[in-house]
This record gives sequence, C-alpha cells and structure tokens, in this order.
Amino acid sequence: MRHRVCLTVNGKAEEFDVEPRLLLCHLLRAYVGLTGTNIGCDTSQCGSCTVLMDGKAVKSCTVLAVQADGCEVTTIEGLAGADGLHPIQQSFWDNHGLQCGFCTPGMIMTAVEILDRSPGATDADVRHGLEGNICRCTGYENIVKSIVAAGARGN
Amino acid sequence: MFPSQFDYHRAASVAEAVELLSSLPDAKLVAGGHSLIPAMKLRAAQPAALVDIGRIPGLSDISSDGDSLVIGALATHTSVADAAAVRGGCPMLAETAAAIGDIQVRNRGTIGGSLAHADPGADYPAAMLALGAEVTAVGAGGERTIAASDFFVDILTTALADNEVITSVRVPCAAGGAYLKHRHPASSYAVVGVAACVGLDGGDVASCAIGINGVTGKAVLADAAAAALCGGPASADRIAAAAACVGDAFDEPLGDLYASGEFRAHLAGVYTKRALAVAAARAG
Ligand SMILES: Cc1cc2nc3c(=O)[nH]c(=O)nc-3n(C[C@H](O)[C@H](O)[C@H](O)COP(=O)(O)OP(=O)(O)OC[C@H]3O[C@@H](n4cnc5c(N)ncnc54)[C@H](O)[C@@H]3O)c2cc1C
Ligand code: FES
Ligand code: FES
Repeated sequence: MRHRVCLTVNGKAEEFDVEPRLLLCHLLRAYVGLTGTNIGCDTSQCGSCTVLMDGKAVKSCTVLAVQADGCEVTTIEGLAGADGLHPIQQSFWDNHGLQCGFCTPGMIMTAVEILDRSPGATDADVRHGLEGNICRCTGYENIVKSIVAAGARGN
Repeated sequence: MFPSQFDYHRAASVAEAVELLSSLPDAKLVAGGHSLIPAMKLRAAQPAALVDIGRIPGLSDISSDGDSLVIGALATHTSVADAAAVRGGCPMLAETAAAIGDIQVRNRGTIGGSLAHADPGADYPAAMLALGAEVTAVGAGGERTIAASDFFVDILTTALADNEVITSVRVPCAAGGAYLKHRHPASSYAVVGVAACVGLDGGDVASCAIGINGVTGKAVLADAAAAALCGGPASADRIAAAAACVGDAFDEPLGDLYASGEFRAHLAGVYTKRALAVAAARAG
C-alpha cells in the first residue's frame, strides 16, 4: 500500500504517494529530482547522504520517506542563497576542501550542524563531528580546514 | 539496497502500538530506525509490517525528581547527551549517549530502541546495569518495570515480550560515574565499554558498580571487581587490584575479526581501571 508523504524540501512543499520502503535519499533523488544528496554505502556509515531534517543532520539513507512526513528537509541544493554560495560552501572552495566531490554534500550538511552547535569549532571538534562522514580522496585535512575556517569567519 | 516490502502503520498512542503488534503477523516497532533500517536494507530483517512509534506524544520527555531521571523511550541520543538534567544529575549517562555513533546517528537513534535491540556493542546497556536502571514497558497485560539486570538476556535478546513497548527508563542519579569505551574505528560501536559508578563515604569507597559491554553477548556487571574496591580508599593500587578481577564476569568472551575474546577481556581490565579512576574523582 502506498502512503501520502507531505514534506518541505528546501522551502518548497512537496507531496508524493510512496511505498513505505522508499528511503528518504531515494525520495530526494528520484522523486524531487535533487541529486546532490549522494548514496555511498549500504551500511549507514559514509554520511554522503546527510541532509538536515527539521534542522538536524541525518543520514537520509537510514530514514524512511514516510518517517519524514511533515518534516522540513534541507539538502545541499538548498544552502546557497540569492547572493551566492553558503559560507561553508565558499570555504570548501577557498580551501580546496574537495577532490572528487562525492562526499562533499554530506560533509557540508554535517558541517552546518557542527558549526550550529559550536560556532568556534576547533580542529578537534570538527574531526569529532565528522565521525559519521567518510572521504576516500582528501585525507580530510582540507575538509577540516574548510570547516574550521568557515566557523572562524562567523560561518 | 532498499528494504523488502512491508506494510507501514503509524501508531498514535502506546495502546495502539501494542494493539497493532498483537494483531499484525510479523510486525516490528520502529523508533529511530537506526538499528532496524540498516538491517532491513541488508535484508537481514524482513518484517511484514512496521509499527512506527516515532510520533507518539510525550514519549521523548526527560525529567528529574532529584533522585532519579525518567527518560522517555523516544529520547534521542542527542537529547540525552544534551539534557541539563542528565548532565547535572548523571554525567555518566550523558557521556554514554555522547559516545554513541556519530552526530547523525545520535540525532535519530533512541534510548528505547537501543535497549530493545540489545546489541553486544551498544553503549547504553553497561550504563543501565551500573546505574541500576529500570525499564518500563507496556504490553497487552498492562505496564511492568524490569530491572536492567533482568532485562538483558542474551545477544540481541531482552526480557521484552513480542508485543511489549518500552515507554521509559528510570535511572538513579549518580555523581560519581564514568563511561569509557574502546571504539571500533569503522562501525564506532564499543569493542569494549565500561560504565563505572563509585560512591564515597569519608575517604572510602562505600558503593561501586561496574557494567561492561562488548566482551560477551550481553552486557554484564563485574560484581567481584566492584566488591574488591569497596571498604577502602580509591587509591591507584586498590583500583588496579579491583580491575584485575573483571575477568570473573565473563563466561564466554566473544571475538570477531577485529578483536579476539581474549583481547576484549584484556581491554575490559584496562578500561575498568581508567573508568574507576574518573568515577572516583567525580565522586569526591
Ligand atoms: C552507523 C551507525 C553507528 C552506530 N554506532 C553505535 C554506537 O557506537 N553505539 C551504540 O550503542 N549504538 C550505535 N548505533 C545504533 C544506534 O544507537 C541505534 O539508534 C539504536 O541501537 C537503536 O535505536 P533506534 O531508535 O534507532 O531503534 P530502531 O532501529 O527503530 O529499533 C531497533 C529495535 O528495537 C525495537 N524497538 C524500538 N523502540 C522500541 C521500544 N520503545 N520498545 C520496544 N522495542 C523497541 C525495534 O522493533 C527494533 O527491533 C549505530 C547505528 C548506526 C547506523
Ligand atoms: S549512503 Fe547514507 S550513510 Fe552511506
Ligand atoms: S572528495 Fe572524493 S570522497 Fe571526498
């Protein structure tokens, strides 16, 4: 049986009839058409699917779309404003915080919560906060640098 | 991968959840979904129906009467780690919640789900044992409380009946507690986790409890080690002597590719020593 899911994605109201087994990441990619949210693993460990659900970072591959009914979801596509990139996105650009870019949307969405919770996050805070995000390219140095710099610049 | 097909029901109350669990064949509760959905994605679990309790009102409240905390089953790991009542009244519990997984996991996973799942590498069970917590559950026959020491039965097995829903956990406050874990570098579950509680009277240890997870199929209390510390000061020597007794608690240490049973039992001694020292310092 299909279930009606009404949610807000990046400020826009969306409504779909979905199978209960549909994962939020698949809803975002295949139904809403926002493919910035990546899927990098089958074990809820890589964090590349991270989005904000009611303001909190969650792994959208481990949330059923029906569980997100009524929620406000923000994806990487929803961060930039009319006046350009979000400060964390800009900081990744400035600090060469990505190589292939696959992990980047998840890294940035997690960084939003890290800096929300501790605006002056240190190198150690950021490394601890990124526990649930895996990068196969960078060795993390420039990712951490990007987030610390975004925090230091007042996010 | 995505899960196999199932029917989805959203319960509006605990009574409705119990009713659905009792009437639907092969139904499972889902709370935060952070143990169940990964298992369903790997098709290791294929329930015919899910009963979502995630929106039942009032089930995520955290309150304190000064002596104990009552934590609603749906309280997320983040909310337990952040709650002023928990940080102030029972720092070890806040520390345990903060040690679970990562930010994203803590934002979704719930205390009720963690206890019901009873993973040998889960962090809460050791703390529940050491603190002497009680689980409150509601089933077809009404409400009952289960002491943590009776709750964990075996690997992934608890004293809950199939149609029982955990509604809250009562946790006695304790200033002198500490939780330390040896974290699996990939999964972040506890290879070994030690929850230690120390109560001082004058300069002497008057009470002590040590809960350990990760070594055996279920979390256990290291009673011999705890008893060895009581009745004298919490000196480094006495702590080391007490920690040397933890092995008595393990019937059959379990190993895997990452850590043998022998290594886990050894780590338990090391982490017990460290956790006791922190707990005693906090108690003093
Ligand atoms: C990447 C990752 C890393 C993790 N790392 C850790 C870690 O380091 N330490 C740790 O302890 N845990 C860890 N976890 C597990 C996490 O803490 C889970 O959230 C928790 O084990 C289950 O809680 P849940 O609310 O998500 O339960 P669910 O997945 O919704 O349910 C789990 C089980 O409990 C049952 N259940 C749920 N709620 C109730 C209830 N109220 N009454 C009765 N039965 C109920 C369900 O039917 C199901 O069988 C990790 C998980 C992931 C995905
Ligand atoms: S795709 Fe969600 S954690 Fe890897
Ligand atoms: S930049 Fe390639 S995975 Fe992180």
